[in-house]
Amino acid sequence: MDQPSIISLLIAALFTENFVLVKFMGCCPFLGVSKKLDTAMGMGMAVTFVMAIASMFTWCVNEFLLVKYNLEYLQTIVFILIIAGLVQFVEMVVKKIMPSLYNALGIYLPLITTNCAVLGVALLNVQNGYNFINSILYGTFAALGFSLAIILFAGVRETIDEKDVPESFRGFPIALISSGLMAIAFMGFSGFSI
Amino acid sequence: MGSIISAVLIVSLIGLAFGLLLAYASVIFKVEVDERIDKIGEVLPGANCGACGYAGCSAYAKAVVEDGAPVNACSVGKDKVAEQIGEIMGKKAERSVPMTARVLCGGDCEAAKDKYEYYGVPSCQAANKLAGGPKACQSGCLGLGTCVSVCKFGAIRIENGIAVVDEEKCTACGMCVNACPKNVIKIMPKDKKVYVKCNSTMPGKVVNSVCKAGCIACKLCEKECPFDAIQIENNLAVIDYDKCKSCGLCGKKCPKGVIIKN
Repeated sequence: MDQPSIISLLIAALFTENFVLVKFMGCCPFLGVSKKLDTAMGMGMAVTFVMAIASMFTWCVNEFLLVKYNLEYLQTIVFILIIAGLVQFVEMVVKKIMPSLYNALGIYLPLITTNCAVLGVALLNVQNGYNFINSILYGTFAALGFSLAIILFAGVRETIDEKDVPESFRGFPIALISSGLMAIAFMGFSGFSI
Repeated sequence: MGSIISAVLIVSLIGLAFGLLLAYASVIFKVEVDERIDKIGEVLPGANCGACGYAGCSAYAKAVVEDGAPVNACSVGKDKVAEQIGEIMGKKAERSVPMTARVLCGGDCEAAKDKYEYYGVPSCQAANKLAGGPKACQSGCLGLGTCVSVCKFGAIRIENGIAVVDEEKCTACGMCVNACPKNVIKIMPKDKKVYVKCNSTMPGKVVNSVCKAGCIACKLCEKECPFDAIQIENNLAVIDYDKCKSCGLCGKKCPKGVIIKN
């Protein structure tokens, strides 16, 4: 299969196929951890970290185990297993080796072990037939797209918090409405390709 | 049949590999954590308000164990939590004095005059930037509720244009004190019932012209107090809580009704 260029991968992952706002994956952390800008950034960093590593490992396992033994139908369950195990492992390593990074990411790492965005990127890599390098790049870029969306959304929510929102819309309802509006804006990128 | 066996084998192998890896990693990458930190973390209220001076409950728990921080610094959990932490640490907790936040302003909609009408963002900070807010008094509560929005315990409400603290709910965490642009909220001992409900340091004549409920520094309270506990400083009556016996005599004399006894 033809491999796309880095630029087109980047544009696709960030805008036209933005994970949260176009593909609607990872909505749970998107709504849950976007109340404040700094936690949103922490979450974005953690997701980027995990998605890059997960893309790498799932690609290897898929290529060297599943495809070889004609077990592609096991992709979902095996990928979940790998991602969950990997995140636990990475958490332990980071805690020991880089306590400062652990303090920054620590609480978010376990939250994204079975995040659908992480699983989604692993499955999409296989579906789109990306090679090893492109899988890692797509994983990283998709996570950057997630970070972009969650950071923008956290900014929007912080601003909304100061506004006089009608009582019944306060909190979650207005967050859902504004995320919907953001998604519509991102839909404007669709059909745009390099 | 063969494909089922290889499927089972591969999934179990991957599971086993990760299981072993994690078991191995948990030994290799073990980080020694003092178990007392977790125990203290459990007894703390978990509000992460930061009143203790640390970043949150877990940071405070860590500071107690590692840096010998005082066991009674949690103003939310008060004595009960302090005792429990003291037990974990094997130290005796000193009784902390229960504190409460109080709004030192009585300039509600009737009492205080406005210098303009404010139609902006309902935030005290924003209003304060517009010539010090809509109130004619420069020190008074703006009543736009910034303190209400930062209070994690629902202890503050706006009543008739000024903030009112529910002392039962208040934990003296100090979030409102930091948020108030007018510095009109102060933390004081809860058992000292008498306080001066004004924050204005302007001369009496000016106070009279902008607010009916302001301290005009007439010194009647100073003369009345049998314990020498109340003094006029900077045109404002100030109570020395080390001397005050909460008798409330000063409040009875005050012509403006500024000294309140709860």
